[in-house]
Amino acid sequence: MADSGTPIIELRNIVKRFGSVEALTGVSMKVSKGEVMGLLGDNGAGKSTLVKTLAGVDAPTFGEIWVNGTRRDPWNPLAARNAGIETVFQDRALAPQHSIVANIFMGREIINALGLIDGRRQIEEANRLMREIGFTSKVFSPHSIVGNLSGGERQGVAIARALYNKADVIVLDEPTTALSLTETQKVFRFVEAVKASGRTVIFIGHNIYHVWDISDRFFVIDRGREAFEGPKSAFDGADHLIHMMRELAETGHAHAASMRQPD
Amino acid sequence: MTQTTGRFTAAPIDNRREQSAFRRFYGVNGRAVNSALAFVCVWFFFASQNWGLFTNPGFYGSFLFSVPPSIILATALVFVITAGEIDLSFPAVIGAGGGLFMTLLIWGVPILPAALITMVLGGLLGGGVGAIVVYGKISSLVATLGLSFFIVGIVNFLAQGRNLEYREAVGTDGNLFFVGKWDILGLQVPNHFFLSLVWVAVMYVLFRYHRFGIRVQMVGDNANSARQMGINVERVRVGVFVLTGVAGALSGVILVQTANMVWFPLSGKAYLLPVLAAIFVGGTPVWGGIGTIIGATFGALTIGLIPAGAVGAGFAGFWTEFIFGIVIIVTMVVHRFSGSRVS
Repeated sequence: MADSGTPIIELRNIVKRFGSVEALTGVSMKVSKGEVMGLLGDNGAGKSTLVKTLAGVDAPTFGEIWVNGTRRDPWNPLAARNAGIETVFQDRALAPQHSIVANIFMGREIINALGLIDGRRQIEEANRLMREIGFTSKVFSPHSIVGNLSGGERQGVAIARALYNKADVIVLDEPTTALSLTETQKVFRFVEAVKASGRTVIFIGHNIYHVWDISDRFFVIDRGREAFEGPKSAFDGADHLIHMMRELAETGHAHAASMRQPD
Repeated sequence: MTQTTGRFTAAPIDNRREQSAFRRFYGVNGRAVNSALAFVCVWFFFASQNWGLFTNPGFYGSFLFSVPPSIILATALVFVITAGEIDLSFPAVIGAGGGLFMTLLIWGVPILPAALITMVLGGLLGGGVGAIVVYGKISSLVATLGLSFFIVGIVNFLAQGRNLEYREAVGTDGNLFFVGKWDILGLQVPNHFFLSLVWVAVMYVLFRYHRFGIRVQMVGDNANSARQMGINVERVRVGVFVLTGVAGALSGVILVQTANMVWFPLSGKAYLLPVLAAIFVGGTPVWGGIGTIIGATFGALTIGLIPAGAVGAGFAGFWTEFIFGIVIIVTMVVHRFSGSRVS
């Protein structure tokens, strides 16, 4: 790697087994500060497992996780959040019977010495966050029940939550799935804003055009291992990337050479 | 510029309406409000049969004397139900707690330390039950049912199946701390009824404003989300069983004293179904995620009023069960159609 400086996240030889199934067979990945990393792969390639590993939900069977040059062990969701990695999960990870503010502060309540919730501050912070990402409307307030919101609005709650801690790294797992055109645009504007603020984004998506537009670098995973990894400049365009992905799916390997030899 | 084809018309603005302050209040507190209304309705139904009796404060003496354990247990079990679990072992814990408390008194431990020790050990017992359910990954319904037999068995073995009587063992009446009475406008309010109100206040704050209660609601609503957000789901789940353990032990302490310092091994058994009924009549739904402490308190009052109320209203004893059934079904239907937080 020719990267200068310590990568903000480094996965070293991550292996994840579920019983006899090996979902990840030794994945190593480096993410630099301030970049948008597009994580691509077919269904069942191991994207979700990799995301869950990054988020601490799945502990790797083998392998090491380094954040900002320190090895992190033990690794769990709390450790990941404390290390500055916030994940917007594919399922949004919300509590639908509860309010927007309760969801934003899920697992990270603002409390006093007695453990009592500081409701006023939570509301203030929720209002600030919702304004920050343009997630406002007169029909809902921080008290609104999440189960009554639309899909895009729920995504807004999950994103606002990821922003609260001023995290260094934001992992977005399929953030545009099941969203309308305008809602997708909103998510893109949000990623641009996060990038402009110098933070790091790991963007996972099915739609390669979406991932292409937003990413600086790509990491492609196939059948549980790294298939290739490279900057945007290695490709002529989204179609080139798609071509490579297709080749990978059909032959099981993509030649590194094909990255610079468009047909 | 001329207008050509393909022009977009402005999309209708969001057609959902802004919620009124009342709707917002009712959305959060509707189930508690409905439970209070259910209590009032049941009271009116009985009272309309015999106004003289039901407006006489003396009539409520035995009701206030017997209802506190139900209130304490129902409000504690709201946490369990909200977390998406169930605990059927609390009657066994009542028996164990009462027996332990009585034994400590007979050994000469003063009444307050004895009560505190009993509650701590009740919490540990509840925590043990919770740990088996949670870390053993067993259904709480089956596990707590089994453990309740197990605990009753051990208690019976230790007591050799016999009752414990303080007077018989020590020769005096003992200090009945919890059962002194206050005369409030003719209403004979026993100490332990005030104790149950303090308990309700603590549970209310714990459930709505403390991190523990909030996390119980999150875990019950979507355990997977809670785990992904870094909540230690297992610890929260064990915590709710600790709480019912403490409540069961405290109820045991109260029962021993209200029964004239006589304890018998199966003393908690009668509470199982009324307490569960109180929680659901009180508006806590079976599916978890939300619950109401105030509702469960009114639920316990409603269920507690029915036996005395039915007799006072002149119904033959066998009508009691029938009225239980009607009240449970009707309140369930009412809770189903109103006060649900998610439309």
